[in-house]
Formats: sequence, structure tokens, C-alpha cells
Amino acid sequence: MIQFDAVHKRFPNGTTAVHDLSLEMPEGGVTVLVGSSGCGKTTTLRMINRMVEPTSGTIKVNGKDVTQQDAAELRRSIGYVIQQAGLFPHRTVLDNIATVPLLLGWNRKRARARAAELLETVGLAADAGKRYPHQLSGGQQQRVGVARALAADPPVLLMDEPFGAVDPVVRTQLQDELLRLQKELNKTIVFVTHDVDEAVRLGDRIAIFRTGGHLVQCAPPAELLARPADDFVADFLGAERGLKLLSLQTLAAVPQGPAPRGGDWTLVLDPAGKPLHWSSKETELPVRPLKDGDSLLAALNESIASPSGLVARVDADGVLTGVSSRDDIHVHAGQAHSAARVVAA
Amino acid sequence: MFELFKNLGTWLTSGSQWAGQDGIAHRLGEHLQYSLLATLIAAAIGLPLGLLIGHTGKGAFVAINLASFGRALPTVGLVVLVFLAGGLSMLPVYVALVALAVPAIVTNTYAGMTAVDPDVKDAARGQGMRGHQVLLQVELPLALPLIMTGLRLALIQVVATATIAAYVSFGGLGRYVFDGLAQRDLVQVLGGAVLVAVVAVVLDLLLSSLQRFLFRHRTA
Repeated sequence: MIQFDAVHKRFPNGTTAVHDLSLEMPEGGVTVLVGSSGCGKTTTLRMINRMVEPTSGTIKVNGKDVTQQDAAELRRSIGYVIQQAGLFPHRTVLDNIATVPLLLGWNRKRARARAAELLETVGLAADAGKRYPHQLSGGQQQRVGVARALAADPPVLLMDEPFGAVDPVVRTQLQDELLRLQKELNKTIVFVTHDVDEAVRLGDRIAIFRTGGHLVQCAPPAELLARPADDFVADFLGAERGLKLLSLQTLAAVPQGPAPRGGDWTLVLDPAGKPLHWSSKETELPVRPLKDGDSLLAALNESIASPSGLVARVDADGVLTGVSSRDDIHVHAGQAHSAARVVAA
Repeated sequence: MFELFKNLGTWLTSGSQWAGQDGIAHRLGEHLQYSLLATLIAAAIGLPLGLLIGHTGKGAFVAINLASFGRALPTVGLVVLVFLAGGLSMLPVYVALVALAVPAIVTNTYAGMTAVDPDVKDAARGQGMRGHQVLLQVELPLALPLIMTGLRLALIQVVATATIAAYVSFGGLGRYVFDGLAQRDLVQVLGGAVLVAVVAVVLDLLLSSLQRFLFRHRTA
């Protein structure tokens, strides 16, 4: 667990980066710090591993005051990933990943073996280890950055806009990977971003900062979206925050019925029972079947896109289980939204 | 004109010209000895200075002003000055050559250090490297291509200027230039000058191909 207690940071030029911050970041959870640039979120993150020293207040990692520890040793015990990956261009990927183990005094063989293991963990091919960072794509470099941070198996991981510089497709992949990794590793992660969608996707808790280093609200994503503390938070979350909330709910509870027969549109199945397309007298249109685990937002989207207004539901193997109507989905979405408000209240 | 070059060719290729105490081989050896020793001393002064300024970010004005100082320095004047102050020895020559070489080494080392990506330095510190580890494991290796360029430039300048050893009665390839001038032997002057130029160019080519080989994995 990471605890901030009345932490202030004022830079020598007089600007206050963090103002009276008290915040707990629970163990084994992802806390996302979000806000526009200059709101103190990165400074907050960098105070945890003493890349920035607080002006006053205390910061504890697992009960120990960080300022009472040797800065270099503290940093070796905390994983650190930055935006441009910051890989060492003169070292191979494998040696980059082995950085912290080597600093901790492991022998080279053991450090390299550990690094090779991590290449696989972050989804890179083994032969990438012999390459140099500039020979990798931006997304691959970021994976190496994550592997380097994980090398000594630190309980805490600090990530400073790690996916900020990659294209949206790769960004989504990296977010999925991080969620998968986190399920396995259960680290205490502090993640800085200015992207609300990224925060909602990754965060167990989201802390919203306002310019001047003020923490405005810290809550689980659903609560934040349903009950923003003030206009600033509501504005920051954007006009579609109702839809964003639906991205956190699954389709599972929406009722489904049998697929229609003899209407304008027929759902055509393959011999195994998997949906192929929607068919009418004149034409065929594609179908995008959804599983129970898919979000209500995806269901709402598909109900609009589907020519029949029906969403095809499938099981884990892709076999049709039934269809849900546009109205059912809409009603359920409305209920889910008001339920979130009530729970939050 | 053609006659001059023909005589120069004979001068450069005759066996007797290469042998003996006053021969080209011996003078070349002396010249290289002066140059390498002066560059080595300059490196021992300039490298730590450049690394220190680059690592701490303090005293950058020293590195920058040293460059213009180096360009403005009258080498022969310096030789004469130290000669007058300290008497006849190789000391004035070495002082002048070292003073010529230090600025190129300091400014290039400093430039190499400042060119290291701040994100990479930040990451190095963030992974838990101490100051000297950041310097030795990250900054120095990354600055090395520019540091080597500085050493190369310094050596070439020193080789070209080491002719002044002969000015205060010592050896090296400058002997031919100054003796030739005194004897109004144009072929000898030209021969000495050509030899110095060839040594400088050859050293430059050797060192730059060494650099290319060492840093073949680097991008820019």
C-alpha cells in the first residue's frame, strides 16, 4: 500500500505542483492519476520513488517512509516505466531488462535468464532479446520498458503515461496486456495518464487532479462516472460519461429470446450454429455477435448497427444462444446507470 | 613547377632520405611521439573536465568559452612565451600542443554528454542507478562517439602543429620545414609539409573507420 499524508510539493520557481495531498493507493490495485497537463499527477508519481522530493508531508510505501530510505535502493525496489520507454540505446534488449537485477548484484547469467523469462511474460519473441532498442517498434519498446520494470519482481509499479506515444491500436493491445499481466502478478500499480478512457479501462480507482495540484476526487471508475464530485470532474469525464459507464457493465443480465423467423431480417447460421450474417430478400449485412462478458456499450452500439435492431448473443465457442432486442438493451442500460448512482450514493 | 614536383618525388622516395638520424623514418617516429604524448596528456585533462561538466551540468560556460579560446590561441606565441620563461626544453612544445588539444576534447566530451537523451538518464536514475553508475554505464558509453571525435580532432590538430618542435631546435617532421626554409631548399620544405599532411590524413582515416566499427550498432 502507498500512503500520501498531507504532501506538498513546491518547486524552487514558486509553482505549487502538489497541494496538501492525502491519498491511499491500495495494495494489489491499479490507481490511475488523471488530469490535464500541469496538474501535478506526474510529480505525485515521481515522489513515490523519490525522483522528486516532497516539500512537506510523508509518503509511505508498505508502511515505510520513503525519505528515510536510500534513494537508489528504494528505486530498485519499485518498478518504473516512462513514456518514451527510456531504454538504453547502447544495450541489447536483454541487457536492458536485466538492469535492476544487475544493480542488485545478481550474476550476469542469472540476470539474463530472468530477462529472457520476462521477454515471454510481456509477449515478445525470444530473438528480440539480442536486438537493440532502435530495431524495435514503439509498442515493442514499451513492452521492453514494462519488462525492465518487472525484472526484480517489485511489489510496486509506477507507470508514467507509458502508452502515451503509441498509436491507438497498439495502445489498446498494450492496455489489454497490462490487464492480463495484472491478473497474474497482482502488483500495486500507480498509473499516470491524461486519457479518461484509458483511466476507466485500467483503473480500480481513479484520482482526478486539477491544475495547481489539487486532488478533486478519488473513487472507483463506476462511482466516478455516475457521481462526479463537481462540475470540474463532470467536464473532465466528458459529455459521454453515461456511455463510458456502460463500458464497465456487462451484457450478461440483459434478457435474450429466440432468433426471429420469417421477419424482414433472418439471422443465417453456419452448420455449427455460429451466426454468419443478417439476410433479407434483397441483401445480406454483417453481424457482430457478442458474448456475455462484452460491455453494455458494445451491445448498445451493435443494436444500433444491426439492421434488425437485434443483437446476436453467443457462448464462449461462438455458438448462438439467442438475441436481445434494442429496447431490452436500452432499458437495461438505463437501469444499470441509475443503479450505479444509487450504489455510489 | 613540374621540376619541383619531380624533385619532391625523388626526395620522398630515395632510400638515403629515409635512413639515419636525420632520416624520414626517425623524424616520423619523433613526430608521432610528440603528438601522441601531447594528445594523451590533453585527454587526461580534458576528458574528466568534460565529463564532470556534462554530468553535473555545472560550469557549462567553461566548456563553451574554452572552444573559442582554443581557436584564438596563438600556438607559436605560446611556445615562445614558455620558452622565454622556462628555457630551452621540450616543455614549451608540450605546453603549446596540450593547450591546443584540450579545448577540442573538452567541448566534444561536453557536447556528447549533453546529447544523451534526458529520458534515458531519467530512466537510469529511476531504475536505481547511483550518480557514478549513470555516468559510467549510461552517459559515458552514449557520449563515446562524440568523445572519440573530439580526441580525433585534437590528435589531427596536434599532428599538424607538432612541426613547431623544430622551431625550438627539436626533431619531428617540422625539422625539414624549418631547415628547408633556412637553407632555401624548397623541395625539403615541401617534403616535410606533405609528410605532415599525409600523417594527419592517414590517422584521421584510421580513427574514423575505428569509430565506425565500434559504433556500428548505433543509429545516428
